Parts: sequence; C-alpha cells; structure tokens
Amino acid sequence: MSTVVLYLKIFWTFFKIGLFGFGGGYGMLSLIQNEVVENHQWISNSEFTDIVAVSQMTPGPIGINSATYVGFKAIENAGMTRTEAVCGSLLASFSVMLPSFILMLLISAFFMHYKDHKSVQTVLKWLRPVVVGMLAAAVLLLLNEENLGTFSADNLQLYVSIGLFALAFVATYYWKVGPIKVILLAGLFGGILYSIL
Amino acid sequence: MLLTLFITFFKIGLFTIGGGYAMIPLIEREVVERKGWISREDFLDLLAIAQSAPGVFAVNISIFIGYRMRKSIGSIFCALGTVLPSIIIILAIALFLGNYRDNRVVENVFKGIRPAVIALILTPTIRLASKAGLNKWTWWVPVVTALAIWWLGVSPVWIIFATILGAILYYILKLRKA
Repeated sequence: MSTVVLYLKIFWTFFKIGLFGFGGGYGMLSLIQNEVVENHQWISNSEFTDIVAVSQMTPGPIGINSATYVGFKAIENAGMTRTEAVCGSLLASFSVMLPSFILMLLISAFFMHYKDHKSVQTVLKWLRPVVVGMLAAAVLLLLNEENLGTFSADNLQLYVSIGLFALAFVATYYWKVGPIKVILLAGLFGGILYSIL
Repeated sequence: MLLTLFITFFKIGLFTIGGGYAMIPLIEREVVERKGWISREDFLDLLAIAQSAPGVFAVNISIFIGYRMRKSIGSIFCALGTVLPSIIIILAIALFLGNYRDNRVVENVFKGIRPAVIALILTPTIRLASKAGLNKWTWWVPVVTALAIWWLGVSPVWIIFATILGAILYYILKLRKA
C-alpha cells in the first residue's frame, strides 16, 4: 500500500473519530479502539492499552495524545521511515481536530441561540445512555488475553491481573485515588513482582 | 493578543495531566478569574456545549474562547496552544522510547499497568451511568449498545448516527401529535 493511501486512510479515520467522538476523552477511546485496533489493525490491543496509560501520565487531552501516538505507530508499523511517521502523527492530530473546528465555529454562530431548543435537548438526552454503552464496550474489549495474560487456570499473571484490575477499580471509584497514582503503583508492583518471578 | 491567547492555552495544555476534564479548573482560573475574558455564567454554558459536541473536550473549549476573542484566527491560535504540548511530548516518547517493549523490566511494568488502566475506564463508565438519567424504560440502551459493539463488532459511529436520527424522528412525531 502506498504512503499516500495510508495517509488518506489516517485522515479519514481520525476525522470520523473527531466527528463521532461524543462524551469526552473516554468516549473517544472506544471509537479509537474500534477503528484503529479492530478495523485497521494499525496497532495491537496491548499497544493501545499502553497508549492510554501514557496519555494518562502525560499532559494534554487523551484524544490528541492517542491520535499523535497512533498516527506515528501506524506509519512506523507499515515499515516506513520515521520522518514519514512524524508526518503521520501530525496528520492524525490535525484530522481529529478538524471536525471540532467546523462544528464549534458553526455552534459559535448558531447553536448558542438553539441550545435550549427541545429538539437539541432530545438528541442530547438520547445520546447519553448510548455513550455509557460505548464506554462499557471499551472495557469489555480490553479485558482480553493481551492485557491480562493467557486465560488458563495455571497462569499466575491472569490472577495477578484480575487482582490489580479489582484493586484499581476500588481505589479510583470508592477511595477516589487519582489515575496517575494508580498507574504508578500498578507499574511499580508489576515491575517488581514479574522481575522477581 | 494572539500571542497571549496562544501562550495561555499552551500553559493550560502543558500543566494538565489526566485528560480533558482535569483541564476545566485550570481553564476557569486562567480565562475567567485571571484574564476576565468571559463571565462565569458564559463559561458554564460553554462547558455544557463543549461537552455535548463531539470531539476533544479541551480543544472545543479553546476554539470557542478563541473565536470569542479574535474570531477564526483566534480559535486557531488557542487550539494550537492547547494541543502543541501534547504533540511534542508524545512525539518525543514515540521517537525515543519506541522500543520499550524490548526492555524486559519496562514490559513487566506495563504488565502491571494494563489491568489497572482498564479499571480507570470502568470508573467513569459507572459514574456516567448514574448521571445518564437511566430508568426502567432506558436501562437496556447501554446494555444493547455495549453488546452490539463488543459481541457483534458494530461500529459506534453507526450507533451514534442511528440514535441522532431516532431522536429527531421521535421529536417530529411528537410535534405532529401535539
């Protein structure tokens, strides 16, 4: 596949992600995962999870962070040069922002007058439960062997992963621990435990 | 003025860790309190709109504020300021730490991180579910959506598209009846 075709695909994919990514950064993640991992297979499932982790620890919006990273990896994994990969990452970030520009400029001009209109409110009300489902799907899709370890009864990594998953959920949901702390602690734990074993 | 817009949002982009929602307090302090560019009421309206519009939340806000200050060119400077720190940092990571998987210790660290990250997505899912106004008529919507995407591999794009279309049809039918 020629570079131009791949660039066009990246543009179109991230334009779609920017256009249909409702519900903030996490809502966008399920779309990115669906397009980039499932449809195009530009990166693997565990690479995707790593990007989410890196995005949480580095500054900036997750949507932009992951677009930049995926744009780079998609070109690099296709066996092209690093310069071309940098262009790919810039293109992906630009494409994911383009629908925002078009929509927000339109909204600045018109939507302010109509935001309380019943039709707009109806659409927003209908979208909310759907966004919840999209997020739940992202969680289900990520609970796989690449992220947790092989699903077999004698695999220690699987049990450790399930424990870490449960603990991280309790920590963020009930104890309100920040995501950066959770990632750092889980990383430290994994780094020590798996290196000793 | 354009440079001030750019620098303000560059700072906001550089110092918020943890995604778009973490940016709100920073943007509020800079734009409402320090610079007085927009009022607090307008800022709340802006949040509601930026949240319900698709796309990157923080970018939507910066485009909106930039447009208010200096029309289209202002929105470009604000949006660039917001995303440049991310792009530079992520590119640096991709370029220089690209082969992290070859390092055994780093791979072990990520083996610990991956299950935790999934929990980090589960938490906002449940928080959002309690705010989505689910009742005995609508509880099945998230369930069917999740199963369609996870099990049947339906693209979320189609589901959002169908939902918007359904809501508009429902609204028109209700108007006709009234």
